[in-house]
Amino acid sequence: MSIVVFAEQRGGTLRKITYEVVSEGKRLAAAAGDSLKVLLAGSDVAGLAEELKKFGADEIAVANDAALADYTTDAYAAVLAAYIQQENPGLVLLGHSAIGKDLAPRVAARLDAGLVSDCIDVKFADGDYAFVHPIYAGKAIATYKVNSAVKMATLRPNVFPVEENAGAGSVVDFSTEIPAPRTKVLEVKQQGGDRPELTEADIICSGGRGLGNPDGFQLIEQLADILGAAVGSSRAAVDAGWRDHQFQVGQTGKVVSPNLYIACGISGAIQHLAGMGSSKCIIGINKDPEANIFNVADYGIEGDLYKVVPALIEKLKEVKG
Amino acid sequence: MKIVTCIKQTFDTEAKITIENGKVSDQGVNLIVNPYDEFAVEESIRLKEKNGGEVVVVSVGNDKTQEALRYCLAMGADRAVLIQDPALENGDNHSAAVALAKLLADMEYDLIFCGKEAVDDGAAQVPSRLAEKLDLPQANVITSFELGDGQATVTREIDGGTETLEVQLPAVFSAQKGLNEVRYPSLPGIMKAKRKELKVVSLADLGLSAEDVAPKAELVQAELPPPRKAGRVLKGEVEEVVAELVKLLQEEAKVI
Repeated sequence: MSIVVFAEQRGGTLRKITYEVVSEGKRLAAAAGDSLKVLLAGSDVAGLAEELKKFGADEIAVANDAALADYTTDAYAAVLAAYIQQENPGLVLLGHSAIGKDLAPRVAARLDAGLVSDCIDVKFADGDYAFVHPIYAGKAIATYKVNSAVKMATLRPNVFPVEENAGAGSVVDFSTEIPAPRTKVLEVKQQGGDRPELTEADIICSGGRGLGNPDGFQLIEQLADILGAAVGSSRAAVDAGWRDHQFQVGQTGKVVSPNLYIACGISGAIQHLAGMGSSKCIIGINKDPEANIFNVADYGIEGDLYKVVPALIEKLKEVKG
Repeated sequence: MKIVTCIKQTFDTEAKITIENGKVSDQGVNLIVNPYDEFAVEESIRLKEKNGGEVVVVSVGNDKTQEALRYCLAMGADRAVLIQDPALENGDNHSAAVALAKLLADMEYDLIFCGKEAVDDGAAQVPSRLAEKLDLPQANVITSFELGDGQATVTREIDGGTETLEVQLPAVFSAQKGLNEVRYPSLPGIMKAKRKELKVVSLADLGLSAEDVAPKAELVQAELPPPRKAGRVLKGEVEEVVAELVKLLQEEAKVI
């Protein structure tokens, strides 16, 4: 049997999630005694196969086609489904990214395969996989078994460690008939400049209602700049119109799990905690000593964020030289 | 213009989760229309108000789900269909998509709207699975929708940005927060909703067997996450506290 991993790239660059998913694919392949096959799809992406070789794949199949220049569901689903049909793997892994979320269920439906989305753990024991997926935005953790021949899962970004591994890494071409897509990409806009994407960021600095006004986010951005962090927001700040929904962390926003989450002026409503509760280290800065955030924060600072954050920025500047 | 809008009844996002016999308990939980599905319903009603036609809300659920469908009817949808069957009670995303696709196969539609995901299982599978089963194009996580001639132009969220897509119709669209401002049902709307058609259909009515909708992913167990322990609250002058924090982050937590 084999494990197939879909290697996500955008604009000719492999996404961080790809390294995470390939690394987990290799660990599972070793546990199950399976081979690891990676499908890389795109236009002019053959060069990326070299990069992927470091992660222990037995085979890297490259679907290089001008029709795959933009991500479209129709074209990518045709390629991934055809590759799965050819390889007949026991397990297919994708990242739980925008592309993975769009592509995995489409392909799963085509193959009548079971799919567990947004896994934080995949275990192999007694010849079967158990898929662990937080439900209710992390308020509960559910374990699933999949009973279809091909089992599919998408993996949560920033959870699975990246590991280099030796592998044969033979590169083969893969081609299939690509239908004319029924959607056309007219424009792509990147937001947030050089900042990391929320779900991929190692550090997130978030602001909430306690900022008092939208300009308060300038301070959060300064803090984020020093740490190379992404900027998040509570629902209250989004509902107040201070920040775009794109940046909302919580049950009705993004679920994140960075190494460090700094919550500034965020009270810690249950729906926010659900979205960031799996962060490895949480700092809460709030002037309300009763704020819920202190119940989950590893380190709390009770005080006016407009005094604490500037002092923190100065101290970090000093330390980081 | 005929629009079908798929909704799911979910727990209120403020709900506290309890586990009973390895499953999430629904005892005493307030049930709502999945928040993302509300954006889908709102968009459908706005399109109908502008272009004429009909909005049909559909769901897979149980007796309680009728309440969620009535809420959508009170918002302004025209009629509702509930797929209810014991064989669907432990269904997964595959089960729901197969049942919905079979229902929709016999309906007329120009547009299908869903929410981008349900806040309970957060799987985001049904819209894409439904589109596949109906062989329709899909555009997920949309924050704007503009109807054209035989196509629609939408903005959708992608990682770290947005993308503008032209989509051939009919198609399945899944709604993200930001697509519109959802209305509250008016009192006349609530009164009218009581008389609107709400049809309940079984799998047999759809010509499906229990086997057709047997789940592909089965829950083994659900449990509460390990509680996160409250840490230390640092006290003192701002400069001291901040210096202590940075030291802890470097030496204890080792995150910077």
